Amino acid sequence: MTSQEIFDRLIAQFGAVSDAGIVSKLDAPVDPSITVAPAHLKAIAFFLRDDEELQFEHCSCLSGVDLKGKFAIIYQLASLTKKHKITIRVEVPAENPSLPSVESVWKTTNWHEREAFDMFGIVFTGHPDLRRILMPYDWEGHPLRKDYQVPEFYNGMRVPY
Amino acid sequence: MTESTTTQTTTSSGRTLRTEEMIINMGPQHPATHGVLRLELVVDGEIVQEVIPHIGYLHRCFEKHCEHMTNYQQVIPYVDRMDYCAAMNNEFAYVVAAERLLKIEVPERVQYIRVIMAELNRIASHLIAVGTYGIDIGAFTPFLYCFIDREMILDLFEMTCGARLLYNYMWIGGLSHDLPPEFIPKAKEFCRYYKKRIEEFNNLLTFNEIFVKRTASVGVLPKDVATNYGCTGPMLRGSGVDWDLRRDDPYSVYNKIEWDVCVGKGEVGTVGDCWDRHIVRMREMEQSLRIIEQAIAQLPEGNVQAAIPKRIRPNPGEVYARTESPRGELGFYIVSDGTATPYRVKGRAPAFSNLSVIGEISRGAMIADMIAIAGSTDIVLGEVDR
Repeated sequence: MTSQEIFDRLIAQFGAVSDAGIVSKLDAPVDPSITVAPAHLKAIAFFLRDDEELQFEHCSCLSGVDLKGKFAIIYQLASLTKKHKITIRVEVPAENPSLPSVESVWKTTNWHEREAFDMFGIVFTGHPDLRRILMPYDWEGHPLRKDYQVPEFYNGMRVPY
Repeated sequence: MTESTTTQTTTSSGRTLRTEEMIINMGPQHPATHGVLRLELVVDGEIVQEVIPHIGYLHRCFEKHCEHMTNYQQVIPYVDRMDYCAAMNNEFAYVVAAERLLKIEVPERVQYIRVIMAELNRIASHLIAVGTYGIDIGAFTPFLYCFIDREMILDLFEMTCGARLLYNYMWIGGLSHDLPPEFIPKAKEFCRYYKKRIEEFNNLLTFNEIFVKRTASVGVLPKDVATNYGCTGPMLRGSGVDWDLRRDDPYSVYNKIEWDVCVGKGEVGTVGDCWDRHIVRMREMEQSLRIIEQAIAQLPEGNVQAAIPKRIRPNPGEVYARTESPRGELGFYIVSDGTATPYRVKGRAPAFSNLSVIGEISRGAMIADMIAIAGSTDIVLGEVDR
């Protein structure tokens, strides 16, 4: 299926939901993407995975991006049976960066969500084990935020920088 | 599987013994973890109840560094250091992503040389995987055979770009050097030589009875679990899923070359066991030789640098390019804001997702089998931690 057909299929299913916020950006310079509202992410994710025609059973990648004032969370989905792919995009405000976890849909996002939490402080509600993953467990701050300041001390030791 | 509660046992002399679960740390310094990985094992006697991986010991802030580069080319040496066993494949993935973002076409000769290099590096990487896997299981000799052959590949790389492990060879829009004239005959000679060695190696290790007993039906990864956990590469194909990005989402010139995708069939045990993952790697090496031979035969003449500006400024936009590295789907997600510095680079490392499934497939296994399972996932911690 092309990105346009995938988008049409989503609209057919969720178009009636007024605040689902499904917007396509199919004319993007490189990769087309579909933006959805965080509140309906989980329902849409289940639909994307389980629908007969879509069958996105593989979540390749989940990346957080700091857009200064808001965070974007990008899901790269692929179907191994249908051989199509799509990019799903969710945006959350920087003051309260939280969105539902899709760990129950794709187990692979368990670690990816932990990484996004570790690096950006994005909270995935409903995640069973939202701990830091790459940084030490007692690290302060979220390093990939654009306004991140490298701490001078870590556990009383001066950080050479 | 035993119950995971504290129970009491009585000896024949009437004494009461208490049995309970305990935590064992495997790693971070453990030869079988292929790097610095700590696995926290909750065990009941010899049976593993739960595995909690702790990663991040090798975290080198790759993604943060990328945001502080002065241009896109500077990222390439950092990319090399993600999966240091297959640096060519990492560069390949990054340059494919950057070139798609820039919308540039690279010369045909460059494409073919990249494919040759990536496949040679795939063989080198699989040689480490199967060699060290033999060591994990207790077979030391096959490892030495692997390193003799790998050395020949590293010699080929060295004569091309001067480096043996971290090449900085593929640049955005081209390559750092053209092939030296002696490369092609040497590469052809290697293909001829190595075909026979695969057979020898299979007799030495793959079909060795002890090796089969240690790996068959151990650490079975079912199809649906593999896809749900985002496993890719030999992990996924070992579970019988016919999926290879070189064929299913072709990049570069893979669509002009013929080869077969190898999947696990459960020949000695169950589909998706450790042996299946091993045999998929062995058979992929044969296929890589086929690819190299065809790419050499089709290699056109020409320039190895596309005409691109010195200072690259892609238009604002984002790209996710995925390629098949020896460990699976290696993707780069790059966001450009129109300046010469990448706004965000995320590396989707195959070993990261492949490792996350380890808790699922080792539940109920013996502690000794943990080594067999961890080895069969073929993780490179440089890539997991980035």
